[in-house]
Amino acid sequence: MTPTLPRAGGAHLLVVRNLWVHKGGSPWTMALFSVFEPVLYLLAIGVGIGGLVGQVPGVEVPYAAYIAPALLATAVMNSALEETGQSAYAKLAFDRFYHSLIVTPMTVGGVVAGEVLWGMLRGLITGAGFLVVIAAFGLVQSPWILLAVPAGLLIGFAFGAASLAATGYMRGWHDFQYVQLVMLPMFLFATTFYPVTVYPPVIRVLVETLPLYHAIELVRGLALGRLAPGLLLNAAYLIVFGALFLVWARRRWAWLLAS
Amino acid sequence: MFRALHYWLYRYRRTWRGTIVISVANPLLFLLAIGAGLGALVRGSVDGVSYLEFFAPGLLAAAAFQNAFVDGGFAVTSASRRERIYPTAAATPLEPGEIFGGHLLFITLRLALSAAAFVLVMALFGLVSGPGVAVAVVGAATLTGLALAAPLAAWAVTVRDIPQLNTVFRFGMMPLYLFSGTFFSVAQLPGPIRAVVQVMPLWHGVDLCRTLALGTAALGPSLLHLGYLAGLVVAGVLAGRVTFRRCLHT
Amino acid sequence: MVVLNAVIEAAGLEKTYPARDRGGTPFRAVAGIGLRVERGEAFGFLGPNGAGKSSTMRMLGGVSAPTAGTLRILGLDPAAHGRRVRARLGVVPQDDSLDVHLTVRENLLVYGRYFGLSRKAVRERAGELLEFARLTEKADERVEHLSGGMRRRLTIARALINDPEILLLDEPTTGLDPQARHVLWDRLFRLKQDGVTLILTTHYMDEAEQLCDRLVIMDKGLIADEGSPRELIERHITREVLELRFPPGEHEQVAVKLGRDGLPEPERLEVLPDRLLWYAEDGETALARATAAGVQPITALVRRATLEDVFLRLTGRSLTD
Repeated sequence: MTPTLPRAGGAHLLVVRNLWVHKGGSPWTMALFSVFEPVLYLLAIGVGIGGLVGQVPGVEVPYAAYIAPALLATAVMNSALEETGQSAYAKLAFDRFYHSLIVTPMTVGGVVAGEVLWGMLRGLITGAGFLVVIAAFGLVQSPWILLAVPAGLLIGFAFGAASLAATGYMRGWHDFQYVQLVMLPMFLFATTFYPVTVYPPVIRVLVETLPLYHAIELVRGLALGRLAPGLLLNAAYLIVFGALFLVWARRRWAWLLAS
Repeated sequence: MFRALHYWLYRYRRTWRGTIVISVANPLLFLLAIGAGLGALVRGSVDGVSYLEFFAPGLLAAAAFQNAFVDGGFAVTSASRRERIYPTAAATPLEPGEIFGGHLLFITLRLALSAAAFVLVMALFGLVSGPGVAVAVVGAATLTGLALAAPLAAWAVTVRDIPQLNTVFRFGMMPLYLFSGTFFSVAQLPGPIRAVVQVMPLWHGVDLCRTLALGTAALGPSLLHLGYLAGLVVAGVLAGRVTFRRCLHT
Repeated sequence: MVVLNAVIEAAGLEKTYPARDRGGTPFRAVAGIGLRVERGEAFGFLGPNGAGKSSTMRMLGGVSAPTAGTLRILGLDPAAHGRRVRARLGVVPQDDSLDVHLTVRENLLVYGRYFGLSRKAVRERAGELLEFARLTEKADERVEHLSGGMRRRLTIARALINDPEILLLDEPTTGLDPQARHVLWDRLFRLKQDGVTLILTTHYMDEAEQLCDRLVIMDKGLIADEGSPRELIERHITREVLELRFPPGEHEQVAVKLGRDGLPEPERLEVLPDRLLWYAEDGETALARATAAGVQPITALVRRATLEDVFLRLTGRSLTD
């Protein structure tokens, strides 16, 4: 008997397996879970502080409508991070799940691609869920916002790949605090709550190198219907960023799983 | 009790770098991004002061509350289940009550240290008017944290695993953190929601810290806040003595 | 004429792990071994922890590239054809590493898909294997609720999902209670009868004697000797062993008194920290001679020699060290 080897290193089979694990829950409960926190931020900061904020330079829409796309991008990012971060780490270090995969015809490349794909899928669900919330709050400014959901795939790709690479370096749970230390300032400063123009030029350049900045720019541009060639640049940034980290993750995980 | 405290101090010597990230860096970043950054965009004043002046003491209380959840929730469940620190200690002559007390002392110390670090930064922003105020505010923040940590620890020791706490954190703590008058005045909230928020311990902590820091504290409300928070600590300690015994000596 | 058909051929096989820290020394887990396993054989690696057994198994499994030497698995070079090799192997790792989020049956179904098997083929095969592993009644339970023995049987069933030509088992019964071990041995016997090549590591003598047609004794990354269990015992030691126990510290003294250096071949005395071993063709006669020499042990026991004794002879160390 010569079975045909699974294509693409079996990446899709890992996605199928992850779906299988979640088959009890509906995608909407999943989305509800991931959307809860950004909704709170939308309320507290968008509506609460938004009431205190006057005309923000460069923002012509209601303040809540301005930060909603940023929160969507962040929520998508966090969903991908959850799957490729702590969840993947648990499977690696405690369940030794990946070790049981590489003795099969699955390849390390397939495993890495599969987990990133899964993170993207999770992000997609979260993005769709948050879009419903934005609509329910009456914060939709342009029909182009529908494209924010597929744009979320790029966000999931970029952050999923980077996070999976980082997970390959974790020595224990406490190391995830350092991930927090990177993610939180990025969340707070990557133009989530105010435009990049409020920063002095030096910091502005710094902010513009952040991947979340490009994720937010992309989603916000679509959500507010401000289509510009710059959006393609944002998308390209995310693709290149994700591709580089995907290669890195593959190398790191090949080493991890072979030793 | 001090022997149990000794354990946590010893352990802390190795892990403080990681924990400092959450307990100090986290609120400082919020202070910078929201208080100073977003606050700069706020028109006029909030309750008669600048947004940063308004926000900082509220955030201090909220951060203490959040730290209390990490230390009194996650750390306690982990010590009782995954790491099995409590069961190991319970096999020695240490009494469950002492194990609980020792850990709570350690949490108090950590809360006070984090609050002190935060107040130091507030002082650098020119938000603290004198050493007396600083001490009072650190004390108030520590008490706020303890009002959560004590009852939470009493419950957390009975919890089976971390995910249960994650759920409570996400659906319980986050709303409190964001809506207890931390980021904006509760006066902005619709009546029924405001009533609910004002029953919650965090609002009392926020109001206590804020009025102390701004020098607007009045005796009546302050005593009410203090009494309420202290009452929670006492209730938590009493409950914890029972639950720790029940969980560790079975 | 007997047609030999090697499924595994290795020569000069080495595995060196790079240093974990800067300035550390690389660790040579396997220091150059050669072996040949025939189709249908049950082949064992026997040795203490750290002997290099697991590293060897990982190389044979096609997941860890040898640092030096040549290796052919089913006639293929695993470095170049890893996936094709792995598609024809079954691997039972030491720590089970079952998918704890799935049920017993789902573990088999999902795992089969990793081999590129069709859904239908996997479903049929899973049914047979559940039967084989005596887990049919547990099919829809979550893996976390299984006992250690059941988990191990499921791991074996999982490894068989692709109908492998070679089954690699790393310490298959470590950590199991005696009854669970016997159930497992029975299943492995059946596989052997069905013509599956079994390759296993163990540090249990009884397991090696029960299951292996042929085995190698490994120590410090090298093969100390090779043969069938009986051959090894006959080659290195006597048929019986007399175990004598004395108060702590007296063993050396007693050994001298018993004339350690003047014993007739192939008899031998071995001093262990807690007892004295007298290798003799007839244990009872040896005991009589000891008594005649005026030696009064706390306990005396005559038993058959085992692979444990062979190992002690070959390496000067006890297996459980």
